[in-house]
Amino acid sequence: MNQEFQFHPEMASTFAYEVDMLYFFVVAVSVFFMALICVLIYAFAVKYRRRTPDQQAEAQIHGNLLLEIIWSVIPLGLMMIMFAWGAYLFFRVNQIPEGAMEYYVVGKQWMWHIQHPTGQREINELHVPINTQVKLTMASEDVIHSFFIPAFRIKNDVIPGRYTTMTFEATKTGKYHLFCAEYCGTEHSRMIGSVYVMEPEDYQNWLSGGVRDQTPEEAGARLFSQLNCATCHSDRAGARGPSLNGRYGTEELMADGEPVLVNEAYIRESILNPRAKIVSGYQSIMPTFQGQITETNIFNLISYIKSLPVTEGTPQ
Amino acid sequence: MSVSMEVTPHGHDEHAEHPEYRRHQFDDMDQQNEAASLGMWLFMLTEVMFFGGFFLGYSIYRSEYYDSFVNGSHHLAVFLGGLNTVVLITSSVTMAFAVRAAQLGKKNHIIAFLGTTLLLACMFLVVKFFEYKDKWDHHLIPGMDFTWTDPGDPKTIQLFYGFYFCMTGMHGLHVIVGVGLIIWLLVRVKQNKFTSEYYAPIENFGLYWHFVDLIWIFLFPLLYLIGGLHE
Amino acid sequence: MSTLESNGVVAEHRMPRDHFLNATHTVKSWLLTMDHKRVGLLYLVSISLFFLIGGTFAGIIRLELATPQADLLEADQYNTAFTMHGIVMIFFFLIPSIPAVFGNFVMPLMIGAKDVAFPKLNLASWYLYIFGAALGVITTLFGGVDTGWTFYTPYSSTYSNGNVILAAGAAFVIGFSSILTGLNFMVTIHKMRAPGLSWFKMPLFVWGIYSTSLIMVLGTPVVAITLVLLMVERGLHIGIFDPSLGGDPILFQHLFWFYSHPAVYIMILPGMGVISEVIGAFSRKRIFGYEFIAMSSVAIAVLGFFVWGHHLFVAGQSIYAGMVFSFLTMLVAVPSAIKVFNWMATIYKGSVSYDTPMLYALSFIFLFSIGGLTGVFLAVMGLDIHVHDTYFVVAHFHYVMVGGAISAYLAALHFWWPKFTGRMYPEGWSRFAAFMIFAGFNLTFFPQFIVGYLGMPRRYHVYPEEWQFLNILSSAGATVLAVGFVIPLIYFLWSLKSGKASGPNPWRATGLEWVLSSPPPEHNFPKTPIVREEPYNYGKIIDNPAEEETEDVEHV
Repeated sequence: MNQEFQFHPEMASTFAYEVDMLYFFVVAVSVFFMALICVLIYAFAVKYRRRTPDQQAEAQIHGNLLLEIIWSVIPLGLMMIMFAWGAYLFFRVNQIPEGAMEYYVVGKQWMWHIQHPTGQREINELHVPINTQVKLTMASEDVIHSFFIPAFRIKNDVIPGRYTTMTFEATKTGKYHLFCAEYCGTEHSRMIGSVYVMEPEDYQNWLSGGVRDQTPEEAGARLFSQLNCATCHSDRAGARGPSLNGRYGTEELMADGEPVLVNEAYIRESILNPRAKIVSGYQSIMPTFQGQITETNIFNLISYIKSLPVTEGTPQ
Repeated sequence: MSVSMEVTPHGHDEHAEHPEYRRHQFDDMDQQNEAASLGMWLFMLTEVMFFGGFFLGYSIYRSEYYDSFVNGSHHLAVFLGGLNTVVLITSSVTMAFAVRAAQLGKKNHIIAFLGTTLLLACMFLVVKFFEYKDKWDHHLIPGMDFTWTDPGDPKTIQLFYGFYFCMTGMHGLHVIVGVGLIIWLLVRVKQNKFTSEYYAPIENFGLYWHFVDLIWIFLFPLLYLIGGLHE
Repeated sequence: MSTLESNGVVAEHRMPRDHFLNATHTVKSWLLTMDHKRVGLLYLVSISLFFLIGGTFAGIIRLELATPQADLLEADQYNTAFTMHGIVMIFFFLIPSIPAVFGNFVMPLMIGAKDVAFPKLNLASWYLYIFGAALGVITTLFGGVDTGWTFYTPYSSTYSNGNVILAAGAAFVIGFSSILTGLNFMVTIHKMRAPGLSWFKMPLFVWGIYSTSLIMVLGTPVVAITLVLLMVERGLHIGIFDPSLGGDPILFQHLFWFYSHPAVYIMILPGMGVISEVIGAFSRKRIFGYEFIAMSSVAIAVLGFFVWGHHLFVAGQSIYAGMVFSFLTMLVAVPSAIKVFNWMATIYKGSVSYDTPMLYALSFIFLFSIGGLTGVFLAVMGLDIHVHDTYFVVAHFHYVMVGGAISAYLAALHFWWPKFTGRMYPEGWSRFAAFMIFAGFNLTFFPQFIVGYLGMPRRYHVYPEEWQFLNILSSAGATVLAVGFVIPLIYFLWSLKSGKASGPNPWRATGLEWVLSSPPPEHNFPKTPIVREEPYNYGKIIDNPAEEETEDVEHV
């Protein structure tokens, strides 16, 4: 071993510190109880060992209600403290902050495709700037995977058919492990990579140094045109599909009277399974693109649609 | 341990004293009958949990894809399903009469009622056969060239049919097992194995049969009557 | 100090003349037996065989993991190895283990019954076990399955190249063995207790078996139907678990864990029952807090049905559902803690001997406590994010399943071996093996907690080099553990021919099973006993009487 032996990975995110605190508390509680148990077993087994073959027990004790209450209530109390602390941490880490940098992650057997908000693509690597809030929106092309960064103490399953999200803020520059943590077939243990946390200038340099592809919005615009979405989706009177301008983040009324929030999941569903929800006032004629479009392409279309401004003069 | 052994006559030489239908492990017929009955109730509890998994999956997908479930359901023959419901309920009635006849030790009546139950069960299976055949002819069996030409989303309607076949198929399997058991009971009735003192197998089978009927009573509206009665 | 001595003299005993082992000799009389004692022994032989098979897979895994790269196996072979290890150990060994062997043999004796309620069904359960296990062997011969014992969709339903339907079919069939055994035991305990043996006079082992049977009966049918759905999906691809066809892969996880979480309580509750018996006997003291231990068993069985979502905290389950599951999981930890404290209070002021069953029981308390406490780490949601699907989980469940359940199984085997066979095993060797198993086990699995928190995911064939040291420790421990497990196999077989005759009650324990000869007569009790006293009545002197005296059982 060439480095100091560690019992925990580096703390490289805001969350890592909090998780380790809770971890040390639970370790302390566990060590306390194990010590108590060991000392008592050892003490009793030795002190009360049988010295002559026919020796009987010193006393036959039925029980003691007070003891039962004490050793039920104290563990229960400790359990509740740990539950509350853990639930609170879990709740907090799942709050996606406003204005976080949005990355898209697609997992497929057996690699990670990562796309930066500015368009850079990576495979099995994730470069992020330090002290910046990052949001990962993730989807799988095939089976269930899991995106795991031990140094950040975060992990979330990456599921086919829906989006999952994760957020973090890295606090220490360096290179950290990235693992797939849900068994996904043959090369599961090679579906790994690295996360690079960089100072802001280094990150900018890296961004500009690499081959910069189109931004997700640009790629999405291209697709929108290639797939002829505008044939139906436009502001024209009598258009066969609802306008998409400025609709992201608003509520749309469905044919069955229910309002639906236009978010990433809704857009994805509309592309892959358009009959599931029909906007009020329109027919169910949109074809499905299931099987013709990758998760990455869907992310790009979503980015494009998000960027469409409200058309001037249209009623809200 | 302080144990005093009571002189309950059950040495092995006392063998001849108890009838052959009293099993060795039991002290008396009361204990045997209670055990058999409790066993059957527990078994039915496991069946509830067993079918419960299907019902849970069904509920989740029905709430998710209600329209598809309505569409799929409309293609099922309500008349045949309703007929089968009447058939099964009647068979439960005849089964109950069979148990009553057993209580009274009336061998001919037992045979008559068990026989009728058997006939009705077979009728159920025949109707089911025709229903399934119709599905086969119309390519409505999931995984076997499933084709849906009517309005609706074929993908999720296939899901509905998946549940239709799994649930009615599993239920049908239980009916077939029931048929086998009725035949076995009939043979033993003919062999005079039962008396008004000992008819627990008939009674416990009755419990099983009522349960099979009950499952169908849930299946019928849940599969055939989604979205209300239709033509 | 060994229990076997009395006044410095080890009494000489003889085998009883007639007993259940020599009542009949033909193979047919064994394969068509309706004697619960013989059924128990049939299970003992079968599950021991599968323990060896499952252990072999474990050995292959640890051998491969001694180096960070792939030296021994290709990726697919490794994935098949850990899958088969899990399937064999859980379905073919652990779940039947104590109930099928000791529940069958000892429980009816403990309640003064002549047999279980449905002896033919009992035999049928064993045949179902054999049939299911045979399907498992066939699966292996066809190349095995590589989905993990958890069969997560859509990998198992769509993408895997393994024999998913065969493997799921094997588990399906064996599930019915479990269901029918549980049903049999519940009816037996409800209806066939000897006169005077009320519920709160029953030995705690019977409470353990009863609670376990509750779970077997209620939980197993759900996994059975889940496996049916999986097989249908795999074969016909109708879309139940396939998102591109409208299905939900997470539905599988919910259905699967609804059984598989209670299943872990099937694996531990009988073991806890054994520990109560052994601690009482080798402290010569009544169990402290009997009612609390009894009620804790039932509480664990019931509560255990409501916590399955703690396997799904990061699987896409809602945060609020997760909180409910986390809360209930923390609750279910408490009855286990109550039991541990009650056992310790039983040893207090007892007359403690260090016979092998007691060594395993003491080992259980230590190892199960570690296992249970590390479960708390997993139940705490904020922590689980980090440790889920890492070696931390692997270490946790091996501590409870091997350190806990297998220690208890070995305690039971060493405790009731004289009752089964009328023979004693060599105490020196048995204690040596117990220490070796304890040492080997800790060396194998404690490093896995560390490497897990460091971030090593589970089910990994290859891993970053910096973790090799901890993995080598673990593999070294596995070697010690393996040897430790083989030693009892040898001396138990040896004892069948050459072990000293034990006498009816070598441990001077309470319990109706010890009143009978060792081995017991074919039909158990010549006359139905009437029970008047409290269980664990260690206040009075208990003997290991000479054989002649057991003929006439009118005595204390």
